[in-house]
Order: sequence, then C-alpha cells, then structure tokens
Amino acid sequence: MKVHEYQAKEILRSFGVRTPKSIPCFTVDEAVKAAATLGGKVWVVKAQIHAGGRGKGGGVKVAKSADEVRDWAGKILGMQLVTHQTGPLGQKVRRLLVEEGADIRKELYIGLVVDRGSQKVCLMASSEGGMDIEEVAAHTPEKIHKVYVDPVAGLTDAEADDVSLKIGIPEASLPQARVMLQALYRGFWETDASLAEINPLIVTGDGQVLALDAKMNFDSNALHRHPDIVAMRDLDEEDPAEIEASKFDLSYISLDGDIGCLVNGAGLAMATMDTIKLYGASPANFLDVGGGATAEKVTEAFKIMLRNPNLRAILVNIFGGIMKCDTIAQGVVAAAREVKLSVPLVVRMKGTNEDLGKKILADSGLPIITANNMAEAAERVVAASRTH
Amino acid sequence: MAILIDKNTRVITQGITGKTGQFHTRMCRDYANGKACFVAGVHPTKAGQDFEGIPIFASVADAKRQTGATASVIYVPPPGAAAAIWEAVEADLDLVICITEGIPVRDMIEARDRMRKQGRKTVLVGPNCPGVITPEEIKIGIMPGHIHKKGRIGVVSRSGTLTYEAVGQLTELGLGQSSAVGIGGDPVNGLKHIDVLRMFNDDPETDAVIMIGEIGGSDEENAALWAKDNMKKPVVGFIAGVTAPPGKRMGHAGAIISGGKGTADEKLSVMDSCGIRVTRNPAEMGKLLKSVL
Repeated sequence: MKVHEYQAKEILRSFGVRTPKSIPCFTVDEAVKAAATLGGKVWVVKAQIHAGGRGKGGGVKVAKSADEVRDWAGKILGMQLVTHQTGPLGQKVRRLLVEEGADIRKELYIGLVVDRGSQKVCLMASSEGGMDIEEVAAHTPEKIHKVYVDPVAGLTDAEADDVSLKIGIPEASLPQARVMLQALYRGFWETDASLAEINPLIVTGDGQVLALDAKMNFDSNALHRHPDIVAMRDLDEEDPAEIEASKFDLSYISLDGDIGCLVNGAGLAMATMDTIKLYGASPANFLDVGGGATAEKVTEAFKIMLRNPNLRAILVNIFGGIMKCDTIAQGVVAAAREVKLSVPLVVRMKGTNEDLGKKILADSGLPIITANNMAEAAERVVAASRTH
Repeated sequence: MAILIDKNTRVITQGITGKTGQFHTRMCRDYANGKACFVAGVHPTKAGQDFEGIPIFASVADAKRQTGATASVIYVPPPGAAAAIWEAVEADLDLVICITEGIPVRDMIEARDRMRKQGRKTVLVGPNCPGVITPEEIKIGIMPGHIHKKGRIGVVSRSGTLTYEAVGQLTELGLGQSSAVGIGGDPVNGLKHIDVLRMFNDDPETDAVIMIGEIGGSDEENAALWAKDNMKKPVVGFIAGVTAPPGKRMGHAGAIISGGKGTADEKLSVMDSCGIRVTRNPAEMGKLLKSVL
C-alpha cells in the first residue's frame, strides 16, 4: 500500500524525522490560508499523488507571495499530472501540500528497502540527492553506500555516522543526521514498510538536517497491525478495476493489451500472459483467481474484465489440482450466461476431472473454444480476437 | 532417496485443526505412504485429542519426542505462522515446510535472522509454497498428487500451478520426477533455487532438472552462476513474467520488478549464458527437458 508525501512525513515525524513545516490542503483557499499560517516569504506548493517525478511533471512550484500561492494552487489542483510513473494519461491532483521554503545547502538521498539476498533491511545513502536513485545506481553505483541493518541491534550510532560522513554530511550536523537516519529506520521497521525514501534529504544553511520529501510503501501482509496506516489509503490513486477485484479476493492488475486472462495461480497467470505475447497479442490484465475459484468469483472476474473497453477476447487457463475442472467449468458456464459474454472465450483446462469439465463446456451450447495446452489456447485466443 | 523427503520421513502437521490443515492432511495421508508418514498434529490446547486417528500434541517438541518425527508442515494462518516456524526450528526438526501465504516480511526477517545467528540446522522450505513431493513415496503440501509419477527429473519452482504445469508435461512425456520442490513466492524465504539445485546435483536418483522462476529478486541468476561451474546434470528453465510491468506486484509478494531489477529478460539471459537451456514458451518446458536428456 502507498501513501502520499504528507502522510509519509506525518508517520516519520512521529518517529523523530524532522521536516520543514507544512500543511496538507484540498482547496485553493486552504492553500492560501496554509501559507499565511506557516508564515515566511517563500512557500512550495506540491501536488500530492502517489507517483514519483512530480517536480519534473510540473507538480511542484515555488511561490514568493500569497498571490503566487493562489496561482500555483489553482493551476496544480485538478490538473492531470503526467510523470514517468503515471503513464501517458497522468493522475488527477486532488490534494496539495503547502510547505515553508528551505535554505538548501546540500541535497542528499537516503532510502530503506528489504534486501532479499541478505534478508535484512538495507539502508542506501547517496550524495546525489534530488535525482532518480535508479539513475544514480545505473551510472555511478560507487556513489551509493549501503548498510545491511541487523534486525535486533537496529541501525547503530557508528553505522549512522559512518554513512553520514560518506555522503558528505558536515561534521557539525552529524548528531542531527544520526537522529534522522535512526528515526527513518525505526519508522520503516515498526510500520512494516516495504520502502521508505527521503529524496532529497537536505542540509540547510544553518546546518539543520531535514526531510524535504518522503515516500513510503507498506507490506500489505502486515496492514492488519496498522489500522492507522490503512486509514490513510487513498482510493482515488488506485485503479478502480483493481479495487473492485480486491473486494472478491481476486488478484487483478490492469494492463494495456486486449486479451483478458483468468488463471489460477500467480506464476501460471504470468506464464499465460507471456504466452499470449509469444503468439502476437498482448494481455489486457493479470488475474489470479486463487485456489478456491468458485462460480461467484469467476463471474465477478468476467464482469471486471468485460468493463475494459479494449477487451477483444478472454482466455481461461486452469490447472485443476485440488480445484476440480468440472467445478471450474460449471463456474465458467454460469458466468458466461450471467454476463451475456460479448467476446470470444477460449478455455484450456488441465488436471483433475478434465474430461468431465470439457463435457460441461461442450454441453452448455455456448460458443466456447477449447484448447488442449497453453500454446494452443494462446494461438486460438489471439486468432479469435482478430476476427472478432 | 530423491531429495529432502522420502517414504521414511515422519511428519508433524502444525495447524492440523484448521480447515485447510485438515483438508490437506487428509489428501497427504491418502497419497502413497502417507498413512505411515503423517504421525502427529500440534495444537496448544488440544493435546490428547486426535484428528482422524492422527494424535495431537501440545507442542512440536512434544510431538517430536513422542513420535520421532523429523519434519513438519505448516498451515497456521499468517499472523502466527512465523512463530510456528520458530517453534519447529527450536524443536530441532530437520525440515519445515511452510505453506502459509501472507506472512509479514518483518516476521520472516526476524525468524531467518534468529535461525542464522543460532546456527540452527533446520531447513526451511517456503513460506507461500505448494510444498515438496517425492512421487509415489510421500507428498507434503497442497499439490495434486496424481499428476506426478516416480522418475529421475528434479523440479524446483517459486510458483504452485506453474509447477503442476511442468510436472503434468513431464508425466505426459513419460518422464517421472525424483522430487518436486516449491520454494515459494515470498521475498524472504528458506531454500532458494541454488540450494535445491545443489541437492539435485548430489542426488544419484536425479538425472536432470527443470528450474522455474519468475520476476523479482536475483535467486535465479545466483543459481545459474553457481550451476555454470558446478552442475553436473542438464538444467532447463522458464521464467514467468516477461510481460509483467515494472513496479507492480504480480500476485506473489516477491514477484515484482523494482528499480529496474528482477526482470524476466535479465534472468533468462543470465541463465542462458550459464548453460541453462531456456524456453519462453511455458507449453514447451517438458519437451525442452526431454531434448537435453
């Protein structure tokens, strides 16, 4: 699960991370009022969407008067902000963060992720703040310093100071940087985050160490421990099809092709998408109906796929193990009838009670195309989509 | 003896009183030597009771003491699953297979850290995996037993149904399996591809291996680099997720391309360069394996 910058900052502040003063706003008037409440002469008006690259996309602007705050807030609120992470249509801006201006002397980077190799949390720090860390990693990997944190000891004073010096924190600011790094680590660990990133981390003219931006993602398997974070979920930032699917415990991801797929198991679902591609078309979605695919679940899955205007055919690929093929076949037939299927449907079923399942499909009188293996299924669904 | 388990393995079921645990315990008991293999269940307050004749003990340690079991399988729901793993580790079992999907990553980091620091001998498979099967001897987990056939091909995979797909293809071609190991789809887990390849390499009853991976992490690359210099048997591979978009979790917690790392193309190209024959067509996994024998 993702949260907005202002929410990530709120979470991290509660662990001791220092940020410039800021106020989240939903209207232009609120933004103007926020600037007055913050005081000072310079403010930054920042679009709050979940995607990164907001500055480059025109979603972060500096204002030097109340009028400029009003101006920028008016322009940014409601805009379709396009960044390298939003896709070409962009994301509509519904929230702003108005922040006091900061006197930036240095821009640095710190981030935390789970490192799968060492099975520890990895702190990454770099002197190259404000840049895309993936770019830094690709072109100047020597500028990224890593600390693999012991889960019992946490990030030690020595580790924090060492990495701070390596990224160019001035000697006088080391105590503040230590507080920052350890607070970020505790904030990551105690909230079950999967990513926490401060980019840039700044050192101000008077030596203060502040988080100018903040990004956090959370382990969805641990959300039951964090109702306060769940309350921050912003459904406007999520794909409506994915939200709908999650209500039925379906794992669904929208893609930009035109062949819908319904599969049991995540690995087989990806493999099915890959096979569609191999035969010259593109998948419209990833969809794992899981182990317990009931007729109801299959029906809901069909409805979600059919809402996609690009959809030209559906491929159902089921490996019946514990889940029997005849059960799935009944589900598919019921679903196809209920939704009055408007696109060609190819079904490939394998495993337990395969013959019984195929007979149910054949006897249904529905124009279901069957296939004996994944390759044949992909070939047939691609062909069917082209004639449809 | 194939790898990890055989007909002489004695198994404790943790989570035997839940619906999932009961269903799969029945299926496992009914498979090959299952009746002799599944000797105990564990529940903290139901000691002295039994599940269809399988005695229930208060703890894994008790169950081990009373039955001599050396392995366990875990169906405990996610909030208590890491603690269940740890209980099995503390009881010094040889093998723990955790089926549970949805364990918080932090719980797994802590459990794995403690296992390492205390130098524990227990081998962990999973979590979020279908389990392990040595066909016609024993199945520990949720895979459909009847698609398997005893033979000399090793299978290792991060996914459930995709493994069944590969096994189904092998069986249809008349190629039986020595063991099939599901290592699971979570980012922090026990055995990795490299560990299982090592075991198949050392197993006199395995002639060749199918290695199935997916996007996310670099386990497949590490295994391939090891195999290049050490593997004495042919290995073929498939990686799911060539069409997966970056930054999206594809069903499995560990199936995500992050920071441009963990793409299927990268994995396929490393595997290929290390002498592992790969296919981009999952319908061809069995045929590819047959071609290298």
